[in-house]
Amino acid sequence: MDGAPATAPELEQARQQIAHVPLVLNRRNFNWLTQRISGVVEQPAPRWWWVCFMTTASIATFGLFCIGYLISTGVGTWGNNIPVGWAWGITNFVFWIGIGHAGTLISAILYLLRQKWRTSINRSAEAMTLFAVICAAIFPGIHVGRFWMAWYLAPIPNNWAIWQNFRSALMWDVFAVSTYFTVSVLFWYTGLVPDLASLRDRATTRVRKFLFGVFALGWRGSNRNWRHYEMAYLLLAGLSTPLVLSVHSVVSFDFASTVLPTWHTTIFPPYFVAGAIFGGFAMVLTLLLPARAIFKLQDIITPQHVDKMAKIILLTGSFVAYAYSMEFFIAWYSGDHYERFAFWNRIFGPYWWYWWFGMLFCNCLSPQLFWFRWCRRNVLVVFFVAMCVNAGMWFERFIIIVGGLHRDFLPSSWRIFQPSWVDIWTYIGTIGIFTSLFLLFIRFLPMIAMSEVKTATPEADPHYDLPPESIPAAGGERNR
Amino acid sequence: MTTTPYGHKVYAMAAEYPSAAALYEAAKRVRDAGFRRWDVFSPFPIHGMDEAMGLGKSWLSGWVLFGGISGFLTAVIVEFGPSSFLYPLVVHGKPTNFFTVPAFFPIMFELTILFSSFAAFFAWQGMNRLPRWNHPMFNWDRFSRVTNDGFFLAIEAHDPRFTENGVYELLEQTGGRHITVVHED
Repeated sequence: MDGAPATAPELEQARQQIAHVPLVLNRRNFNWLTQRISGVVEQPAPRWWWVCFMTTASIATFGLFCIGYLISTGVGTWGNNIPVGWAWGITNFVFWIGIGHAGTLISAILYLLRQKWRTSINRSAEAMTLFAVICAAIFPGIHVGRFWMAWYLAPIPNNWAIWQNFRSALMWDVFAVSTYFTVSVLFWYTGLVPDLASLRDRATTRVRKFLFGVFALGWRGSNRNWRHYEMAYLLLAGLSTPLVLSVHSVVSFDFASTVLPTWHTTIFPPYFVAGAIFGGFAMVLTLLLPARAIFKLQDIITPQHVDKMAKIILLTGSFVAYAYSMEFFIAWYSGDHYERFAFWNRIFGPYWWYWWFGMLFCNCLSPQLFWFRWCRRNVLVVFFVAMCVNAGMWFERFIIIVGGLHRDFLPSSWRIFQPSWVDIWTYIGTIGIFTSLFLLFIRFLPMIAMSEVKTATPEADPHYDLPPESIPAAGGERNR
Repeated sequence: MTTTPYGHKVYAMAAEYPSAAALYEAAKRVRDAGFRRWDVFSPFPIHGMDEAMGLGKSWLSGWVLFGGISGFLTAVIVEFGPSSFLYPLVVHGKPTNFFTVPAFFPIMFELTILFSSFAAFFAWQGMNRLPRWNHPMFNWDRFSRVTNDGFFLAIEAHDPRFTENGVYELLEQTGGRHITVVHED
């Protein structure tokens, strides 16, 4: 301020104060990033991978058998009955579609907000989104009972000249989920093309060269190509942002547009969206924490990344806790007898422990640990909370759906829902499908967006002035 | 058309640069020298390179607008066609005419997004002339590093200002290494 030139130590001190913690640790260079990330795909599958894949694929196969059994025998194989006509099928649908929200949030919303830390996690989160939506899409398909009539959902002319009711929330859901899946695939593949080109250029066998060559579309990193590519990526991010917020809103309309106590509320769309992001981030952490340890990716998915994801879980978990309390407040404030009873029943009714354990402990209390930096930096604590949230979000959907139905307006029809073994194994089967697809993904495709992580390093800056000789070739030996 | 003494057609003269910063500075020099048919290649998009190359904004957004409008109109037709004309279905005792439009918004929104995204996806490939099986640049063996850590600049032989000596000198002055002629086939 006084005009005196700053001395060198002062400048150095100021520089240190404003310095950010780097997103890629140990000064890794571009080649190291390519080697480490492509290496996962190029080395032969480790034994643990085969053990895991065999297990999950067996579970997935049994799940598919259950679906076949349901279709060939009939809906009676599920535990659904009046008054609980919607149970595990829809609970699982909402659970999986909710998990599918984190990927697009990371890839689209954080991109628009210029959050460069997203580059380390966006690829695998997007893949997780696709696999979760695949698992979700199974349930509306099979819960219609007459599975072979599912094509009636598509607005195409048929022999009977009967058309869909486009004013039905269930019809909106068909469009929302299928649009979400399609756009997520386009977005994911667009991001994947430059990395497929990396794998193509490193390929040693003819088969790999051909396959990666075809899917890389002849990408050559030209700036005239990057120009259109970046605009397309920006616009896809801009389009996905309202889309991701709309999908779970539309899912919540399935409930909110009915006249059932606990379902018929206007808070549902934002409440569902917050819950979806909350559950999705927990699943991202569940998958990435083991992956970064196994593949030694700690320099790319750093403690800082885990810390930031934990903060998002804390934020969205608090939204969810607020929404839960607001539901209770409105039930009391409305003075509506049925609303009041339904919420009283939620806490003290036959499903009481689902609420106390799932909603209160897992969803509201466990994320509050993330107020403390020590907890956000401790991988075990983060993993524990993520698992709590995974479980809690399933319980939340179960309470909303079955809890809202099992005691309806006529006490003589009250009934406790009993899941059948087909219910249970179809759900476990989708977990098998999800994990099998994810294992295949980390085996055959780069699980971290190489070209995007490179832009998060200081050397990617066109004004980076250090000569390249001064950049250490392989960083420190220590691999934390 | 330039050819080498061995009869190969020349596609371009190309050089490798040690860093993104060096490539950025070189691009500004090549732009100022007035070349038109040239390109730089990098493993990731370099911030500010479009200006350094003298390229304007990408008008891919025009295609996306077109996609969005067609998606919206498709939704209007797909929804109101059956619901108001082909098979008017009275639900909740509500009219089947255009006054019930709020109930049609979600599908209009979804199809607008869907068609816009397809437009963006196909436009970035179409405007980049992708997919393609091969490209002359792949004939240069060093070029395989472009998707790893290599930074390249190539001036095409088709450029009206292209002369072998002039381009060689320019690439050398801007700090290019491994300067070479890239063959067409």
